[in-house]
Amino acid sequence: MADLKKGAIDVYNWLEFRLGLVKPALEAGAHPIPKSSASWWYVFGSAATILLGLQIATGVLLALVYSSSASEAWNSLEFLNHNIALGWFLRAVHGWGSDFMIAIVLIHLMQVFLFGAYKFPRELTWMIGVFLLLLTLGMAFTGQVLRFDQDSYWGLGIGASILSRVPLIGGPAVNLMLGGPIIGGATLSRFFTLHVFVIPGILLGLVGLHVWMVLRLGINEWPMPGRIVRKATYEREYHEMTAKSGIPFVPDGAWKDGLFAAAIILAVIACALFLGPFGPTGQPDPTIIETAPKPDFAFLWIYAVLAFLPPEIETPIMFIVPVVVIGGMLLLPLVFGEGEKHWSRRPVAVLMVAVIAVTLGTFTRLGMYTPWSPIMNAWTADALPAKFLENRTPLELQGAVVFQNKQCRNCHSIGGMGGLRGPALDNVAAHMTYDQIVRQVVQGGGNMPAYGNALNADETAGLVDFLATLRTDGQPPATDAARRLLHTSELKAPAGQAGASIPARAAVSRP
Amino acid sequence: MSTETQPRVPETSQPEQPESHLRPEEVSRRKFLFKLSIAVNGIVGAIFAVPILGYLLGPAMKKEKDAEFWVGLGPIGQFPEGETRLVNFRDPSTTPWDGQTADIPAWVRRISGNNFQVFAINCAHLGCPVRWFAQSKLFMCPCHGGAYYQDGTRASGPPERGLFEYSYKIDSGNLIISVGDLPTIARPGTKQVADCPGAAKPAIDSSLVQIGETSRKGEVS
Repeated sequence: MADLKKGAIDVYNWLEFRLGLVKPALEAGAHPIPKSSASWWYVFGSAATILLGLQIATGVLLALVYSSSASEAWNSLEFLNHNIALGWFLRAVHGWGSDFMIAIVLIHLMQVFLFGAYKFPRELTWMIGVFLLLLTLGMAFTGQVLRFDQDSYWGLGIGASILSRVPLIGGPAVNLMLGGPIIGGATLSRFFTLHVFVIPGILLGLVGLHVWMVLRLGINEWPMPGRIVRKATYEREYHEMTAKSGIPFVPDGAWKDGLFAAAIILAVIACALFLGPFGPTGQPDPTIIETAPKPDFAFLWIYAVLAFLPPEIETPIMFIVPVVVIGGMLLLPLVFGEGEKHWSRRPVAVLMVAVIAVTLGTFTRLGMYTPWSPIMNAWTADALPAKFLENRTPLELQGAVVFQNKQCRNCHSIGGMGGLRGPALDNVAAHMTYDQIVRQVVQGGGNMPAYGNALNADETAGLVDFLATLRTDGQPPATDAARRLLHTSELKAPAGQAGASIPARAAVSRP
Repeated sequence: MSTETQPRVPETSQPEQPESHLRPEEVSRRKFLFKLSIAVNGIVGAIFAVPILGYLLGPAMKKEKDAEFWVGLGPIGQFPEGETRLVNFRDPSTTPWDGQTADIPAWVRRISGNNFQVFAINCAHLGCPVRWFAQSKLFMCPCHGGAYYQDGTRASGPPERGLFEYSYKIDSGNLIISVGDLPTIARPGTKQVADCPGAAKPAIDSSLVQIGETSRKGEVS
């Protein structure tokens, strides 16, 4: 036994004499850190690195089976899911690992921002971190493309459509992105190259620089209100602090990183085990047009924002806002390199984090149920509740059929069923007069197409008659004040509730 | 582990001051040669960059017109007048490993006689596949709710223009369309649609004009 131990030590010494890596690594690990920094708040950076390692390991394993050919990629994913032992599990870990990595990188960014860690002398560490965030998102997008299914195919179309709006070079840029005139084999090959070689290479290099700078400049100390960062004095103060009251990172601080890393990996495994892999959804066959493409979770907020931008300003916003946001993040430490670090003295910073988090959360939530999209099968799938049909005249009932047949339900809900693109119509007659409904149906307006060409006079009359019956109990019908005034002055008598709509009804029958 | 078993790490033997015994002109010659080696590598790198950039940018350098081909969609009899139907065609620029992605759908609207409109499937907003609803005479997009009238003009939603159109011709009773790049705002289909949505629709024989204009391309699948 003793011989064995001595043998092992000899081998180690033989290697270390030639490599000389262990001693500097141990010294680097034991470097002193401020006592306050050995905190659970400081574990997210190392967790992101661990997740990157997990992604690389699972990615290499998936690449053993995956085929990066547009004709075979989808089949190879199905094969991984169903025919390769535990292939589904590795796909699931890789997919959930991606979502966890984005989340942890964002939490890390938020913590670093709120703790003022980007200030002198760690400006460049922050700037490289901004690129690491962008590269992480780049990995997520290219990874979504490699899961070559319907969402991936149309997601490429969305990407190409956005790129095509770049002034002057839009067309060639799209060809460069797709590798040819259409989305096809060349497109998948180049996204494979980006996802497997180019972006991970840059990512690993920048993570190396990022960690190197943390070691070289020291981890950010826990901020205290009133402790001001000044370029002239900061480094002396920091080194005095670590010399006086510092503790070695390994083991006194590192155990928290270690435990959190284990917890995160376990969480990824649990999600993978219980929730399974992501897709693939339908085959990447563009002729299957019965699909509602959606991006992956991390990009849902962008998808939602693109639904709300008015057409006139959409293109400028698409290209100006990202430049401003990314530029602002890069310039932040150069402009605010000194001063207070503590969040209680930086209310604007706290407010920004809150507003950005709520905004991203809201748009992501909207992206999950896409209220702006017509529900394509609502007109055949959603029933009209009986209470909207009771006590109606035959013409009104005909109108209800028109309402259903002309796909009005795809955008308008009634009885809680149907699209959310337009307003719900349960109570439409209480706030639109007969005339207004006619005008809206025939001419469209707001965000509604004109149906004048799709409806004949009878259909219009029936439809509007039906719509004019849609009132919640107790709500009076909408009336036209001007018409009532006219009516009153002519007849010298106050108009009844129904009186206002009689002339309107007569007016509509002209085609 | 005891330190005594560890072999002594050799002191990094400082080479004797390398330049102390050299004559100044020798130093300057080596410095010059080192700069020369950097310059030579710079030139080699620049030469090498030309083919690499040419390879990388190849798809972007291709002329738009070179990607356009005529594709047959079948006899016009299969398109009833006044109706809009979905067709699929195999993109002519395809490679065998494109698989299903080279099967491209399009909407064919036969207005009357030889008067057609052939719409790209891609929404003018962000390229999602639009669906035709014959009852309400609308194309609707599932992504962000863009809607278009039966003639392809914008009806509502986020698109800033109407549907992209392919130019077409009729040859021996077959409908033939010109296809090229994935239709986007920058490459809006092979047919340049009139700017004004209310502009007069092409006369029935307008497709003959298109044959004259475009037949020099000649590739008919």
